[in-house]
Amino acid sequence: MARLTIHRAGPALSVQDLGRPGHLSEGLSPGGAADRLALFEAAALLGLPAVVPAIEMASMGGRFSTDTPMRIALTGAPMKAALDGAPLPWPSSLLLLPGQMLEVGGATAGIYGYLTPAGGIATPEWLGSRAAHLVIGVGRPLAAGESLPLGPDPAPNAPAQTLDPEPRFAGGTLRLMPGPQTGLFDAATLERIQATAFTRSAQANRQGIRLDHEGDPFPAAGAKGLASDFILTGDVQMIGEGIPFVLMAECQTIGGYPRLGTVLPDDLPKIAQAPMGAGLRLALVPLEEADALWQSDDTRLRALRKRVRPLIRDPRDIPDLLGYQLIGGMTRGDDLDRKDIP
Amino acid sequence: MSVIEATGPEVLPLGQDGVLVRFSRTPSSEAAGAVLAFAAAMRGTLPEGTIETVPSLTSVLVRFDPARLGRAALAELLAQRARSRDWLAAPLPAPPRRWSVPVAFGGEAGPQLAEFAELAGISETRLVEEATGTDLRVLAIGFTAGLPYLGLLPPDWDVPRQPQLTKQVPAGTVAAAVRQLVVFPADSATGWRRIGRTAFRPFLQARAEPFLLRPGDAMRLVRVSEAEMAALEDAEGIGGATCEVVS
Repeated sequence: MARLTIHRAGPALSVQDLGRPGHLSEGLSPGGAADRLALFEAAALLGLPAVVPAIEMASMGGRFSTDTPMRIALTGAPMKAALDGAPLPWPSSLLLLPGQMLEVGGATAGIYGYLTPAGGIATPEWLGSRAAHLVIGVGRPLAAGESLPLGPDPAPNAPAQTLDPEPRFAGGTLRLMPGPQTGLFDAATLERIQATAFTRSAQANRQGIRLDHEGDPFPAAGAKGLASDFILTGDVQMIGEGIPFVLMAECQTIGGYPRLGTVLPDDLPKIAQAPMGAGLRLALVPLEEADALWQSDDTRLRALRKRVRPLIRDPRDIPDLLGYQLIGGMTRGDDLDRKDIP
Repeated sequence: MSVIEATGPEVLPLGQDGVLVRFSRTPSSEAAGAVLAFAAAMRGTLPEGTIETVPSLTSVLVRFDPARLGRAALAELLAQRARSRDWLAAPLPAPPRRWSVPVAFGGEAGPQLAEFAELAGISETRLVEEATGTDLRVLAIGFTAGLPYLGLLPPDWDVPRQPQLTKQVPAGTVAAAVRQLVVFPADSATGWRRIGRTAFRPFLQARAEPFLLRPGDAMRLVRVSEAEMAALEDAEGIGGATCEVVS
């Protein structure tokens, strides 16, 4: 079985996929990648039929090698990356050969970068997922010296690809759908919330992200004595006097604070990737509009595939062009012209 | 201002793939009964495209696949079923299983027992008698993986959460607030007051059956000493608990 060795690890590397939905009865939040779109982008770049488990890297990457030729996709927050010292474009897919060293440095924008081997990380599955859910002690951060099993790359000869990622690394507007407790906030408060310029606080992790703002908090008039009730990833809960927190992948499943509404899944990557101090706004959209924006995973992946294009690398960035093409015995030479790769 | 009660069950959106049926905005034994009875009645009778039906303390969440089922149709169906009878008057459905769980109360195991008893206005002895004498039900599982909300205890237990969070309580902590008990499967922060501790772990990932409890299960707490509780610690996290399958 192919393996990926981690020679150096940033402080917050973990295996992530789409998590474990469907276990609310057991008190389990779905978890999974903070920026799920990055996993879909990786699947599109690698021509895979579905998302595969990847390494999530918060703010800082690591140094990696493989013992088997394996395509790798680099997606999410752009990070300084190099293959044997030659800079790599981001996002992109590339072929990693045994003996080569892939170096991923700090994020130049956003927070979460992703390294996805085409065969997927093949660590043991639990409840249909390999995602670390650190809050409940499932899995753990990856460390230097570890070697992770990989599935086989279904098409190691496929050409390197890139795409223009959806801009999401500098904050922006988060669309919220109404939830069971939106009605606890009076009209004036709702208006004020939507007119407020928020910034992403320093208090942020895979459980939740606090939003800072100048001015009064946002109390819910009818919240006293409220029963604890379901809470979802994307819910904006008003803690204490009314300080907004956006709940993220590893959130609790039941909570007692009033909730303003739920950030649409399409906008969650924007809050996950917002760097500290990035400007954010909250905009409530009507239920019908929110429902109409729902997309299946297949639809999302199909749309991204259309945006993938061959990566043309500047020859000056490739240190040994001849050697590269000889090793390119791994490729068929017609890769850029082939249309049969999905 | 306190919560304004709605006049009947409310059917509300929760996320792009969820419909919530809320029977009350505040916890009560009537709401708990309605939730468990309604959730039991919905299971297996909802249309193709529903993914899960989950009870909380006052509401039932039905998650669905929007590719296969529309919100409007599901919400209408749930509204009809919610209005079809007075679920708040429904008796609690018979428990599928009965648990007996050893707990050490007070002392180091439950350092806030005295404080909680004082707030409840009863003696510590009486408090423990009520904790062990009540037929508890698992009203909901949530907050963190496998954490049961147990209730409802007698009205004198209606003590609010403490204003400050306790930064960390150890796994097995039994904590009380608002006529309920929770049992922490792992170390956690909490605003509930610690009244006891058990060697029983409702969730343990490494165990063959990671989640032991299900909503609706019945539970009795059995008082043991701290030494007895410590002796019941085992790698499997059973902690001397027993389970009788009723139905």
